[in-house]
Amino acid sequence: MSLIFPTAGSARILSKPISDIEMHRDIGYLPEQPYFYDYLTAAELLDYFARIHDLTAADRKERVQKMLKKVGLETAGKIQLRKYSKGMLQRVGMAQAILHDPKLVILDEPMSGLDPVGRREVRDIILELKRDGKTVMFSTHILSDAEMLCDRVGVIVGGKLRGVGAPAQLVDMKTQGMEILFELAGQSTAPLLAKATRTGDCYRLQVPEQDLYGAIEQLRAAGAKILSVSQVRATLEEFFMNLVEADRAQAAAVEVSEK
Amino acid sequence: MKRVGIVALNTFREAVRDRVLYNLLFFALVMMAASIIAGQISIGIEQTVIATLGLSAISLIGLLIAIFIGVGLVSKEMDKRTLYALLAKPVRRWEFLLGKFGGLILTLAVNTAAMGVGLFLALIYVKPTLERGDGTVFVAVYFIWLKLALVVALALLFSCFTTPLLAILFTAGIYIVGLYVQELRDLPVAVMSPAMTAFTKWLSYLLPNFENFNIMAQAAHSRPVAGAFIAQNTLYAAVYCTIVLTAAILVFSRRNLK
Repeated sequence: MSLIFPTAGSARILSKPISDIEMHRDIGYLPEQPYFYDYLTAAELLDYFARIHDLTAADRKERVQKMLKKVGLETAGKIQLRKYSKGMLQRVGMAQAILHDPKLVILDEPMSGLDPVGRREVRDIILELKRDGKTVMFSTHILSDAEMLCDRVGVIVGGKLRGVGAPAQLVDMKTQGMEILFELAGQSTAPLLAKATRTGDCYRLQVPEQDLYGAIEQLRAAGAKILSVSQVRATLEEFFMNLVEADRAQAAAVEVSEK
Repeated sequence: MKRVGIVALNTFREAVRDRVLYNLLFFALVMMAASIIAGQISIGIEQTVIATLGLSAISLIGLLIAIFIGVGLVSKEMDKRTLYALLAKPVRRWEFLLGKFGGLILTLAVNTAAMGVGLFLALIYVKPTLERGDGTVFVAVYFIWLKLALVVALALLFSCFTTPLLAILFTAGIYIVGLYVQELRDLPVAVMSPAMTAFTKWLSYLLPNFENFNIMAQAAHSRPVAGAFIAQNTLYAAVYCTIVLTAAILVFSRRNLK
């Protein structure tokens, strides 16, 4: 983004070297925790950025309105940004990133600081961009977002890239067992209950896949009401945690050997 | 180059929205009060009093704006992270920097011009018959603006590599030293070692000579200013600004913005 310079090596975006300023016409960028000129209104800010992108006056007006609508700020477009909440600023940031119809959109933690509604909207915008054939690259700490949205993920642990690929490739998607959620009023002596975790009258029980029907039979016999049965699968989170654990174990081993 | 203009206009808009131009109101009050009081206490030298007071006020107010806003031009954008989204657009860093500089000197141009007109009105008030030399007051205001442009360039340069507080101190320091460049040149050479003499002489040419821009005495007595002097000062300010801004761009273009 021409904010920091490489200490070594080179990088290319859209097959142009990163020092090429013309390449910036085709990329959109949302900084982390975006903050904009607070003396401008959202419409003025977008107009300012549109000018920088050499859009004509008519184009600017149309694009600005379209973007404000897209991020749900049509009514707030004429309010100075100093009165905006963090979530609203995030939306303005989203609007300025996609204002000039870029081919590649780079978002730095686009969902941080947003309420559930805002996160949903950002997700929808990302999916919409994907449908339009744009490439969207974003960083996030929320692994479920990455799992839900991404075709490819790169996992960085401790500053090193530890894995790149489709989420399903990175994570062993084999079923690790089944989880049964059931309700059971009163006491029961069914042996399975000892293995279940209890919240009020609700129990949560994990069993291997081949034991599923046997377990259900047992529970029904004990008078339980089955609420749901779902697959337990490894998630990106577990993949990530495994890497972190491995790192910690290694660090501990190194420490011991040094002693 | 077009983008320099876009950034400059936005900087101007920022100054207007941040109510920087409200100082004009204060200036207007000072001028009105001065005109009335001067007319009552000083017979025959009203013009001198008004011109000196007015030009000093224009210079002082301008300096405050140039130093404080000048230092904040870039550092505030880095601090508040407003720069990040902009630099991801097709804007080169030097375009951004020149735009910020242009925006503030535009603000100062509007500000000093308005104050210049106010001062002129006050002069007319105390001295109803105008002569040719009365135009000198506008030249004096123009020179103040040139001086302020130089101060902004220096403030911008310092803010590119140090903290805002230090940048303010450096800029103010250079300004004060720059007022005494002539004295530095005229130091009693006999009492110093040759190396020291060479150093002070060298330093006196390196530092910006701000006293060159001061023609308050001429303006106070309506003495006309030679065109060559105006051209010389304009050229001096332009060349000095170019050098300082080039240095600022060199520093800023290499800076990692994290």
